[in-house]
Amino acid sequence: MSKVSEAVENRTDSPSQPPGATPPRSNPLRAAGLAFLRQREATVLVVAIALIIYFAVSSSNFYGSANLTTWLSQDSAYIMIIAVGEVLLLICGEIDLSVGFIFTFSPFLMHYLIDFYGFPAILAIIISLIMGLAVGWVNAFLTVSVGLPSFITTLGTGFVLLGLVNTTSHAEAVPIPASVTGIGHWIGSGTWSEFIWAVILVILGHILLTRTKWGLHTISAGGNLLGAQEAGIKVNRIKYGNFMLTGLLGAFVGLQVAFQTNTIDPTAGGYQPMFYAVTAAVIGGTAMLGGVGTILGAALGAIVLGTLTDGFSILGVSANPLDIIFGGAILVAMIANVQLARLREAGRSV
Amino acid sequence: MTTTSSDAAAAASAASGDILRAEHISKKYGAVTALTDVNLHLGRGEVLGLLGDNGAGKSTLLKILCGFQPPTTGKLFLEGQEVEFKGVDDARARGIDAVYQDLALVNQLTVYHNMFLNRERTNGVLLNNRVMKRLAREHLDEMGIRIPSVNVEVAKLSGGQRQAIAVARSVFSNPKILLLDEPLAAMGVKEGAIILDLVRQLKEQGQVSIIIIAHNYGQVLEVCDRVNLVQHGEITFDKRSADTSVTELTDIVVAEYRKALEERHRLDQQPPSTTNGR
Ligand SMILES: Nc1ncnc2c1ncn2[C@@H]1O[C@H](COP(=O)(O)OP(=O)(O)OP(=O)(O)O)[C@@H](O)[C@H]1O
Ligand SMILES: [Mg+2]
Repeated sequence: MSKVSEAVENRTDSPSQPPGATPPRSNPLRAAGLAFLRQREATVLVVAIALIIYFAVSSSNFYGSANLTTWLSQDSAYIMIIAVGEVLLLICGEIDLSVGFIFTFSPFLMHYLIDFYGFPAILAIIISLIMGLAVGWVNAFLTVSVGLPSFITTLGTGFVLLGLVNTTSHAEAVPIPASVTGIGHWIGSGTWSEFIWAVILVILGHILLTRTKWGLHTISAGGNLLGAQEAGIKVNRIKYGNFMLTGLLGAFVGLQVAFQTNTIDPTAGGYQPMFYAVTAAVIGGTAMLGGVGTILGAALGAIVLGTLTDGFSILGVSANPLDIIFGGAILVAMIANVQLARLREAGRSV
Repeated sequence: MTTTSSDAAAAASAASGDILRAEHISKKYGAVTALTDVNLHLGRGEVLGLLGDNGAGKSTLLKILCGFQPPTTGKLFLEGQEVEFKGVDDARARGIDAVYQDLALVNQLTVYHNMFLNRERTNGVLLNNRVMKRLAREHLDEMGIRIPSVNVEVAKLSGGQRQAIAVARSVFSNPKILLLDEPLAAMGVKEGAIILDLVRQLKEQGQVSIIIIAHNYGQVLEVCDRVNLVQHGEITFDKRSADTSVTELTDIVVAEYRKALEERHRLDQQPPSTTNGR
């Protein structure tokens, strides 16, 4: 291999390689800067840092220890976790609109099993999580095996779950069953438990996507479906797996939030966490059209959204104008993303 | 219109040495019949050229031979044994590999990931990128295929480079039978020569039997031992390359086209009521 091609290779570093591998002649700082900007996660990281600095400067309450948990554990973590699933689905060319309703339903299922049927706590939690897997399986079955677009499939299953929750609960909130408070501490009610879970799941998701066959095949299914099949990749299995994983994560987050708020609320979940997770994925650098995406970027996107929610409420901005700012911030982040993507392309073709 | 020559019969008599046989293969896609009744054989170490017009059914046949899709009817024999491929993986495991007309590359993945697509090297559950990168680079260098780096996304390569990667990938797996669907389509003269040289090399080594689909009769006759012509879902011509010529092949195809044209004229001139009873 020639020297020139070696140099080209170093310019298109993967994240695992240090920026120090750039040619010695150029200014190392500038080279490092360019290498950084070429990462898909660059924009969203810059946006996240800028927002954090802005709120930290605006209000000392923002970095107060009391708010840190609200900001990261309550306002960001649930988006991060759901985004792991949505990124994998978006990359393989699908979407799950029902995940927020799995979120709503799973703590109710746990409550019914424990309080009405006398199930032990652990078993009730496990069954609730399996429910998430099962809904994911149904989503995959209708999408992959029956051939409906996932947009429609998951819209349908989401409504069914919502109706199920409201019918069975009479649309009323209930307290957490006493028997699960101990486990609940580990899952969601401990001060940092939600955020710690989010970090762990994001790291595992990132490894799954970038370092395993499953990840490569997920990208292949979304990037070139026919080609992936021709290469012998079982694309259906990949899609089933990613739908089921997303369902599982939705059920898990539902339990976390119930434990953390100490109540099982039929208005928790719904479309909001799903839209936030998809938004986080997209501002983090995941393409809606499949084939491309990053879980780290989505996690940073989730932190951006959590920061906006938390920061503006600390500044005393009320909910309605907050949406305007929120929408504007998303658009700004996306514009920055598109611009940086251009820069990235330009950098590569040199 | 069928040009069955004595050579074909002679070749068929050597059937016992065939590595791959297809008997009475048909394929329907819903209402579309892509293949009607294909009989094909491939000798051990032989290079067979598959010619035919657009839509004749060549790719359909190849995708049956490589296990991508099952035939509607008909049988496949691998080294004399009847086989039913459960899928591409199954066929690969038995030593059959294909380069598809659409190349089956994933634009968003790097060259080396594409070269190992669905045959990734792993360390436990984790990808062994270092080994895949090294092997891909060595293999491409060995074949004389020049690309900027095995680290670039395939989307950034030219059409010919992409085709070269796809061919390199299939050779890489050391198949017993190699199926190439228009491997020269996007190639410049030099790159085309690389692929043709590769085929010659493989032929000399005698380890692999090859079917090449192509449109350039000259190139096909040059590297192939035998050519088959596919016309509307059937193999209508089977001769050794030495016994035919570009002129003969061209004449057959052009005659076919003229006949169809005349038929159309004839039908156009007749009143519509008499055309439907044919
Ligand atoms: N997946 C499919 N579904 C429906 N019809 C198909 C499918 N694949 C091929 N066909 C049809 O089968 C016929 C043969 O197609 P095929 O791709 O085998 O032709 P070909 O000989 O490879 O042509 P070309 O030289 O253009 O590549 C065509 O009429 C085509 O429309
Ligand atoms: Mg074809």
